[in-house]
Amino acid sequence: MWKYILKRLLYLIPVLFGVTLLVYIIMSVAPGDPAKAILGDQATPEAIAQLREELGLDDPIIVQYLRYAKGLLKGDLGTSYKSKGPVITEIAARIPTTLKLTFSAIIIAVIVAIPLGVVAAIKQNTLFDGLSMFIALLGISMPIFWLGILLLIQFAQKLGWFPSSGAESWKSFVLPGIALGFHSMASIARTTRSSMLEVIRQDYIRTARSKGMPYNQVVTQHALPNALIPTITVVGLQIGALMAGSVLTESVFSLPGIGRLIIFSIQGRDIPVVLGCILVFTIVFSIVNLLVDLLYAYVDPRIKAQYS
Amino acid sequence: MEAKKHKKKGPIVEVLQRLGRNKTAMVGLAIVIMLIVAAVTSPFFYDYDEVIIKQNIPERLQHPSKTYIFGTDDLGRQIFPRIIYGARVSLSVGFSAVAIAFIVGGFLGAVGGYYGGVIDNVIMRFMDIFLAIPGTLFAITIAAALGSNIRNLIIALAISSVPGFARIIRSSVITVRDVEYIEAARAIGAKDSRIVLNHVIPNALAPVIVHTTLNVASIILTIAGLSFLGLGVAPPTPEWGAMLSAGRTYIVGHSYMTAFPGFAIMITILALNLLGDGLRDALDPRLK
Repeated sequence: MWKYILKRLLYLIPVLFGVTLLVYIIMSVAPGDPAKAILGDQATPEAIAQLREELGLDDPIIVQYLRYAKGLLKGDLGTSYKSKGPVITEIAARIPTTLKLTFSAIIIAVIVAIPLGVVAAIKQNTLFDGLSMFIALLGISMPIFWLGILLLIQFAQKLGWFPSSGAESWKSFVLPGIALGFHSMASIARTTRSSMLEVIRQDYIRTARSKGMPYNQVVTQHALPNALIPTITVVGLQIGALMAGSVLTESVFSLPGIGRLIIFSIQGRDIPVVLGCILVFTIVFSIVNLLVDLLYAYVDPRIKAQYS
Repeated sequence: MEAKKHKKKGPIVEVLQRLGRNKTAMVGLAIVIMLIVAAVTSPFFYDYDEVIIKQNIPERLQHPSKTYIFGTDDLGRQIFPRIIYGARVSLSVGFSAVAIAFIVGGFLGAVGGYYGGVIDNVIMRFMDIFLAIPGTLFAITIAAALGSNIRNLIIALAISSVPGFARIIRSSVITVRDVEYIEAARAIGAKDSRIVLNHVIPNALAPVIVHTTLNVASIILTIAGLSFLGLGVAPPTPEWGAMLSAGRTYIVGHSYMTAFPGFAIMITILALNLLGDGLRDALDPRLK
């Protein structure tokens, strides 16, 4: 097991270098001069040339990248073209906001989705089932930013229950959490329902029932643990979607997180910051995927047996 | 003669019959067809320069009425024709991106899965790099870096969808690669390209069709999101996400400006999801 974890973590290293190289190339071949973006349209050609020199932008892309990769090996994410400060501090200042946002989204999603999916499956083809699957379909189809705007108007501006921008208290994360989590909630509820439906038709459920076990107990002790295996995968997959969705949510709710930082930095051609943000997202995404695989083994002894 | 009567129906007919019995999938299909018709025919009904993008300030911010079904926006343009034209923008960008991703990803996946070994390893390790970045985030990065226009948007969306297609086609190819009829085809001397195109791919189609339908949905949602951020389709092109974004300023008092584009996006995604789910059920032989 440990060997497997170590292997996966080691494999992450070349992947991360691949990711940074890829993004470096995209940012470098894309139109737009970082020096011009920093100094503005009024800057003299001399000033731009001088800044390009300072930032090392006149070297071939591969030389620039190798310089960046060398720093990366030492754990140095470089300095921002714009603020001249280390990228790591810029990102570190914004990580808590994005983490709180995605965390509240996934918590809201899971808390609503699993009971909804389980009950919908047990009461298959009833009004409750129809209604909850309709809500789930809405969640899958509704754009995050539209839901976000509607929540913002209704609950922040009209009713004044929550702040409409900023990230000062837990209250600031309720509406963004709902907006961001609604889509994931829908996917998780649908998966839970369909895997639950599959599980409750199994022989061992009938066996448990026929030995006189109460229905609720059969559901919670026998059906649920088995039905949750596909749910875990979907929750893991949702983390990636949530990170992308955080860009939109942070924009709607004016939250100072990594999602907004990355948009500003791409537009300002601040390549080191862009790379830093992508790296953070990629590392979190990869580690979540690894955790999902491990959790899989933990929940399902059959899979665990394959590792050892 | 008797035997002919009981002849088994073709697999495609069977799938279509199963799909036809699924009411929600049929609703989805009907909406998708309507959207496609709207997308294709909209230029015949509305003149792009005169109706879709020309500003008409005296008539700005008109509430929905008999004259203006969906009202007019802040620049006096009618919202209804812009919504209809928006279907053309979203669907053409979505389908083009998926088509490119399907061809590139399908080729990489089929080659890797069929040959295995070093080729497969190189392709899949390369795909791992793409898959390590969350897809939509990657599309946002590429689109933002390249600058907002429709061609760049298609490139960005296609690149971020390639690994998904490569992976799904690869795994389908691997499962059918070693079955007996492929071996038989090889034994009679069929070329690799012929085997892959005529035997392997048709048998791997089921998961690909479902993935494609759902992928179009998620791509259209991404287009709207990117345009909402100002990174996708630039104004004055009538794109739903951009229209929704423009309506934000006027949401109090003129909520129809955001509501109609919002519904347009939602109905499109809903229809594609219903169709995709229906196709999955119809193509999954376990439910027979």
